[in-house]
Amino acid sequence: MADTAFTQLLNLACGALLLCAVLVLWRRELAVAIRVFAGQGAALAALGGVLAAHEGSVELWVVAAGVLVLRAGLLPILLRRALAASGDQRRESRPLVNVSASLLAAAALTLLAYAAARPLTRLAPSPATQAIPVALAVVLIGFFVLVTRRRALSQVVGFLLMDNGITAVGFLTATDIGLIVEVGVSLDVLLAVLVLQVLTTRMRESFGDTDIDDLRELRE
Amino acid sequence: MSDLLLLIPTAAPLAAAAAHTVLGPRRAGWLAVACSATLLTAAVALAATGIDSPTRSALGGVLRVDPLAAFLLVIIGVVALIAAAATPAHLRAEIADGHATTVTARRHHVLVDLFLAATTLAVLAADLGVLWVAIEATTIVTAFLVGHRRTRHGTEAAWKYVVICSTGIALALLGAIVLAFAAAHAPGAHGLDIAALTAAAHTLDPDVTRIGVALLVLGFGTKAGLAPLHAWLPDAYSQAPAPVTALMSGVLGAVAFAAILRVKVISDAALGTGFARALLAGMAIVSLLVAASLLLGVTDYTRMFAYSSIEHLAIAAFGAAVGSPAAVAAVLLHLLGHGIAKSVLFVGAGRLRLATGTSRIDGVRGLAASHPVLSGAVGASVLALVGFPPFSLFASELGILRAGFTAGMGVATTIVLTLMLVIAAALTVHTSRMLLGEPTGSRVTRQPAAVTAAMIGGLVACAAIGLSIGPLGDLLQAAVTTLTEPR
Repeated sequence: MADTAFTQLLNLACGALLLCAVLVLWRRELAVAIRVFAGQGAALAALGGVLAAHEGSVELWVVAAGVLVLRAGLLPILLRRALAASGDQRRESRPLVNVSASLLAAAALTLLAYAAARPLTRLAPSPATQAIPVALAVVLIGFFVLVTRRRALSQVVGFLLMDNGITAVGFLTATDIGLIVEVGVSLDVLLAVLVLQVLTTRMRESFGDTDIDDLRELRE
Repeated sequence: MSDLLLLIPTAAPLAAAAAHTVLGPRRAGWLAVACSATLLTAAVALAATGIDSPTRSALGGVLRVDPLAAFLLVIIGVVALIAAAATPAHLRAEIADGHATTVTARRHHVLVDLFLAATTLAVLAADLGVLWVAIEATTIVTAFLVGHRRTRHGTEAAWKYVVICSTGIALALLGAIVLAFAAAHAPGAHGLDIAALTAAAHTLDPDVTRIGVALLVLGFGTKAGLAPLHAWLPDAYSQAPAPVTALMSGVLGAVAFAAILRVKVISDAALGTGFARALLAGMAIVSLLVAASLLLGVTDYTRMFAYSSIEHLAIAAFGAAVGSPAAVAAVLLHLLGHGIAKSVLFVGAGRLRLATGTSRIDGVRGLAASHPVLSGAVGASVLALVGFPPFSLFASELGILRAGFTAGMGVATTIVLTLMLVIAAALTVHTSRMLLGEPTGSRVTRQPAAVTAAMIGGLVACAAIGLSIGPLGDLLQAAVTTLTEPR
């Protein structure tokens, strides 16, 4: 692949990643958040594909395909099923931080990501490592969603955004963490989401709601 | 032969998990005890035969044993044995009270086996990535044990447990990736093999390594129950079944903490001792502050003992921050002593809850008169935990504090000592209020012999280690050497 085309495709995929993260912050309907999350999974797989094509690595192609199946297919299906079971609570009604403040926070977090990632970019400057701050920003925005949203399902989406960001950092740093670990990580994420899905169901059974604010009984 | 020995600690619980899916309740209890006894035997055998040869590995290098791993396996074996001895009586009582069925009891055994398999894998993992996968797996298998009651409280605790631990451990994954990136651009190092990373640590880029180490310590610190991501711990400990709480406190805390120790070795070689020291000392003091402030107003005794777990891991973190060989030896001894004493205490707390039907401190009065054996064991383990001799925690806490003063960390050590005294006072006052005085109408339950034996055996072991470390001394010394003078 020509270098300029590679750089452009790489930046396009990373831009899509970040855009999806910001969209999750912006829209409060949970169904939309899940669709955006699936889109981000596809962008992440595309990022893996671009890097695989550039390096001609078969293993990376396999990993990218795995990411596509897991993050654009399986996980969104699980989330959608949890949402369908949750009846009429389809909206993030009262996030702790309102939308405009959240978007400002996302901008601040992106700046923070650029500052924090400077040593990483400096170690090995290349088009891929220059995009690391974007992936790091996705991690931070995911964390922000996790701590400011009140619906159980929004928290899961936040956790998964973080995870997408971390996977993107893994792609961009081109680190070889080994296929066993790669598979193990994916399996752990999938199982964690399964566990959380079961717990959401139980939460609705015992609390009649999935508002995390109700989780205030265990305290001093 | 030695390869086979390495597989036993993980394979035995896996085989037990398979067998537990079909066994009846009586045999299941015996199998759990046999499984943890096998684990302990394998640990001792590994320690006895292996501490001279540094590179014993199995499964094509995925598993590797060093003295630290063997020492941790001993901790896992002992705590698992105490928990397994208490499990059948606990499950019988739960079934009698209608909180469990034979199906959920069976599931309990299977999940505990899987938990043990995951922790032993984490201890023996040669690769930081495999270590991560194993530690995250412990969260997944214990989630339903924490939420076993399906009540509001149980579900709430399980939710917080999974969300906070998975998030924390995700930070550790990011840290591992960053460290692998540093390794990929250093001569000599490659991948996430812990020994290779340690050997090549001085060639790693310091700025990148700093980010990776901070994330790894924060992430594994979450699972060990250290601040700032400790909020899951009191909820999970107070909602999980008593034998599982014993395992989480004694085993999970120690295993996650050992992961921090391994990261610290890399950090010290790459960045000097200052960075990890500041990070760990900060986390330790904040954790101690959290534990002390929450303990003063505590109303629930399982939560009280949970705060004490935060305290003890924080003390260990402080010892690791000091980092001298004497301090590290005391830290490892502390993990062992805390594991034993705290598992006895949580088993006792489970019996207490059964006898009184409440977990409120003011709901329990005059236990010494109505349940002399139980209150003796609970009282003795609380004394052990606040650092009374002859229990081993006295020696290890003294060792950590003395090393702190010797290393010129006088101010920090004084703060730690003060907070430890506050916590000890709060713990003693609350506990004595439960044990002494006029008994209220608690139902008198006959304590099964196995539970009594496990509690007294644990306390005797804890005291014996305090008096003389005996044959464990060589192993402990070898483990300290792997942590302070890596090859």
